[in-house]
Amino acid sequence: MNKLLIPLGVFLVLLTFLFLGLGLNPREIPSPLIDKPAPHFKLAQLQDPTRTFATGDMKGQVWLLNVWASWCVSCREEHPLLVALGKTKLVPIIGLNYKDEASAGMKWLSTNGDPYNLSIVDRDGRVGIDFGVYGVPETFVIDKNGTIRYKQIGPLTAAALEQKIVPLVRDLQNS
Amino acid sequence: MSVAALVLVALWVGAMPASAFGAQALPTMEDPIAATRAVRLSDQLRCLVCQNQTIAESNAELALDLRQKIREQIAAGKTDDEIIAYMVDRYGDFVLYRPPLKATTLLLWAGPGLLFFGGLAVLVRVLRSRRGLEPGAPLSPEDRERAARLLGAGPTKEAP
Repeated sequence: MNKLLIPLGVFLVLLTFLFLGLGLNPREIPSPLIDKPAPHFKLAQLQDPTRTFATGDMKGQVWLLNVWASWCVSCREEHPLLVALGKTKLVPIIGLNYKDEASAGMKWLSTNGDPYNLSIVDRDGRVGIDFGVYGVPETFVIDKNGTIRYKQIGPLTAAALEQKIVPLVRDLQNS
Repeated sequence: MSVAALVLVALWVGAMPASAFGAQALPTMEDPIAATRAVRLSDQLRCLVCQNQTIAESNAELALDLRQKIREQIAAGKTDDEIIAYMVDRYGDFVLYRPPLKATTLLLWAGPGLLFFGGLAVLVRVLRSRRGLEPGAPLSPEDRERAARLLGAGPTKEAP
């Protein structure tokens, strides 16, 4: 009896690990930037290239940095959620137009709606690298002191917004 | 082309060292030492888009950008450690193909050794428990009779 139980036990343990492994998303890599100051950048704005936007401009405010591009398919998926969030005026949303043509980006915003307070242009993806971006879209929650508090990798979902991002933003705004 | 030939080509390509592709994927640099360093560094870093390729092998946009970053940093006189630290600061330990030894990766590093010695212990135990079952142990007369019955022959004489 014992002889059967041991391999069965080993098999069950293995099965549990494999089953848990199925539920993991290998594309989600914990960012080392969480709880670190947002990287400094100063970039031209998409709509008005003569004006710039820098990380420090949002000091004292909680804000979202959403990395998007007109070539990005999953950005379309999350966009209605962003537009809805933008309408609530809960939190300023800054768009980082990542490795995109400015004209294509602006056209994309006029067809799909512009939820952003402003968008900035990261033509060569350098600021993206500083933020550890590897899969667009990505969304960062940045607190009043300019510290990154949360990173959403891949498209926003209604669940992620309701359960994580919105409560976190409210929390940070009240602190 | 026959299926066999296709398989052969696939095997041949598969057998090529990954660095052969890596070296190709990097545009040539003026300074051969810097170029070797750039290849060596990008061979140690994981492309986060494709995950099972190094940034030397991958042709993903991000890999191209990161290779460019490595070349810039080499040109700026950064050491290899500084360049690796730059990548880890942004992308975490996952970007390293050789994960560092820390509390969270202890099982990863010790795992193969633990499995080996665990397996060895099981093997030794199994072999020890078998030692009792000598193959040459004499059969009891009852066993002998039963075996003979099963084999359809009459009772045999005791072996010399």
